[in-house]
Amino acid sequence: MLEEYWLFASERVMPGLNAALLVSARLIVPSALYGALLGVITGAIRVYGPKPVRRVADAYVSLFRGTPLVVQLYFWYFALPYIRVGGFAIVLDAMQASILGFALCSAAYQSEYIRGGLLSIRSGQIKAARALGMNPMQTVLHVVLPQAVRRALPGCGNEVVYLIKYSSLASIITVNELTGTARSIAKATFRPIEAYATVAVYYLLLVTLAVWLLRWLEDRMSIPGFERPRD
Amino acid sequence: MSVASQAKGQNQEILRVEKLNKSFGTNHVLKDATLTLRKGELKVLIGPSGGGKSTLLQCMNFLIPPDSGRIWLDGVEILGHKKRELYAYRQQVGMIFQDFNLFDHLSALGNVRIALTRVRGMSRKDATDRAMAELDRVGLAAKAGLYPAQLSGGQKQRVSIARALAMDPKVLLLDEPTSALDPELIGEVLAVVKDLATAGMTMIMATHQITFSAQLASEFVFMEQGAIIEHDSPAALLAPGACTRTKAFCAKINELTGEPV
Amino acid sequence: MNFEKALRAIIDSLPYMLGGVWVTVGLIVGALALGFVLGVPLAVIQVYGRTLARRLVVLYVWLFRGVPILVLIFLFYFGILPHLGLDSAFLAGVIVLGLTSAAYQSQIFRGAIQSLPAGQLKAARALGMTDTQAISCIVLPQALRLSIPGWSNEFSILLKDSALVMVISVQEIMARTRSVAGRTHEPVAMALFAGVLFFILTWIGLRLLRGLERRVRIKGYSQEGSV
Ligand SMILES: Nc1ncnc2c1ncn2[C@@H]1O[C@H](COP(=O)(O)OP(=O)(O)OP(=O)(O)O)[C@@H](O)[C@H]1O
Ligand SMILES: [Mg+2]
Repeated sequence: MLEEYWLFASERVMPGLNAALLVSARLIVPSALYGALLGVITGAIRVYGPKPVRRVADAYVSLFRGTPLVVQLYFWYFALPYIRVGGFAIVLDAMQASILGFALCSAAYQSEYIRGGLLSIRSGQIKAARALGMNPMQTVLHVVLPQAVRRALPGCGNEVVYLIKYSSLASIITVNELTGTARSIAKATFRPIEAYATVAVYYLLLVTLAVWLLRWLEDRMSIPGFERPRD
Repeated sequence: MSVASQAKGQNQEILRVEKLNKSFGTNHVLKDATLTLRKGELKVLIGPSGGGKSTLLQCMNFLIPPDSGRIWLDGVEILGHKKRELYAYRQQVGMIFQDFNLFDHLSALGNVRIALTRVRGMSRKDATDRAMAELDRVGLAAKAGLYPAQLSGGQKQRVSIARALAMDPKVLLLDEPTSALDPELIGEVLAVVKDLATAGMTMIMATHQITFSAQLASEFVFMEQGAIIEHDSPAALLAPGACTRTKAFCAKINELTGEPV
Repeated sequence: MNFEKALRAIIDSLPYMLGGVWVTVGLIVGALALGFVLGVPLAVIQVYGRTLARRLVVLYVWLFRGVPILVLIFLFYFGILPHLGLDSAFLAGVIVLGLTSAAYQSQIFRGAIQSLPAGQLKAARALGMTDTQAISCIVLPQALRLSIPGWSNEFSILLKDSALVMVISVQEIMARTRSVAGRTHEPVAMALFAGVLFFILTWIGLRLLRGLERRVRIKGYSQEGSV
């Protein structure tokens, strides 16, 4: 039975999934990078920005954490073209809409991890930077953020893992990534269990790769003097 | 340089603060503090714990914004609310903290270099050379690659002095640079302070090291409950027969540490 | 869409839907609590544990973050739990969401523990505390405070993921939404209504957590608005 499954999977499922893997990667990698970048900026604004800007950033984060990602994707793909400003409307293809949706949502979560990291910095660090004549921007950029990002990294890893798993939602707005492809294969072959089990393994591999990369990043960035796993 | 101009240089005012006041809520912790630092002199702030020494020093570079009062550097008044002016001012006024406040994410070299590259805009190479020179001056060139957590307390404080010196400050504010250190390490930090004093650095230092500072200080400034109540040369304040608050305080400290006045 | 008819559907189903809100609240409170109770020791082991224990934790986290929740739900509800004599779908939901959340929460706590200066633990040991005392009295009280922002992410994601347990017919918000939508033929209105319910729940939870964060903040750390 296992042999039978393997034959089926390797002949009917995996060729399709391998192609879809590339689509998923083209979805996940830019979303994760833009999400992280925007998340760091938003996180810094939410702690150190002027009050009104802080409020706006907080509202953005509440909105994007409070609504389901599917709804957000529907908005970017189906609703955005109907919003006309001065006769212009933005029409995104499914891929662009997905990346935009994932990045914005991911940034909202990342900013919360970054905010936690920023608040864990002792105020003496800021005082010392100010005493050297750094302005607030320089202080945040060169002294506070480099420390906060390191501390936030394990949490940020959670968000990347979630992003990989949630990337399957892009199939709902017609992107043929892993899950969408698995669904078509399941329909065409009438063997949903095999198709979905196989795609689950693909996601597990992606998550493994991401976790491995994050571990490497954490190790490279770790600094002496803080708690860390014994070697 | 002629003797006359040297004498003039000696008397040149570097930093002057006048009638600084600060309250935390109803707690009036700084009362009309006025003092002048002249070129090359070392003033020593002493007084009981909670007397307002740290508050005064941090008000002097606006890390704690004073409620009222005026501050001049080289005869130019510094207005705390003008941002650019304030940052430029802080670059010229170095500060040493009691608990070091080294940047945890940077090596010793990185700590000394960061303000040079980021604030002064120096090239990385020049900044590295300069930082190494400063680390060498405090005897730590060999430890440049170590992180704060890998340094001893005395070494940390010397790195933080190097960090301040690298900015070529006109004045150095030292807030109990040795009180977080054990006796053996105090010596190595005080040696650096002594070198600086000999080299003509203008400094104000809060400390409880009475004996050491009496040898170097041009003036003792005694603070209690937020006010400067006595200031004069150590010799005058501690003279046999003098009946000063400073002398009583120093006697008490030395009684505890077993040092003679 | 007939607006009046849609409104009718929502109003008529209100008590039924509010019942679903309580089921959802029960699910996530149970799952978050389970995730917390397991996540804290997992994090502690991952930082301070011996090599073998650490490896096992890494394996656990990898599995529960890597395998889709749906797969786990089916596996536990149809495969594992019946063998243990448990056939409550609600309990299966709490267990699967809780075990998954433990994996994510452990990483949040680990990040917080690792952001403490090593001197804290040293000082505690210097006072003669055992490792367990030092970790529970010194490390965790500080680390847990620092974890609140990240933990609020986990809360809001888990809240939305809790809808997945409708596949084993737990009568939470989404399951009831679907059945009302089918009965009244108002899928869009009901979906929007469910969205509003989730949004309100998220908002309340995040408000509470933000309040908690402010209340337990330690002096000497940086704060909003102060550079
Ligand atoms: N941020 C603050 N908020 C409220 N009160 C403060 C603050 N900082 C200092 N104080 C109070 O101001 C007074 C002076 O404190 P300061 O730190 O200047 O004393 P000090 O002379 O430096 O003492 P020590 O020798 O112990 O360092 C104290 O009563 C202290 O409680
Ligand atoms: Mg002090």
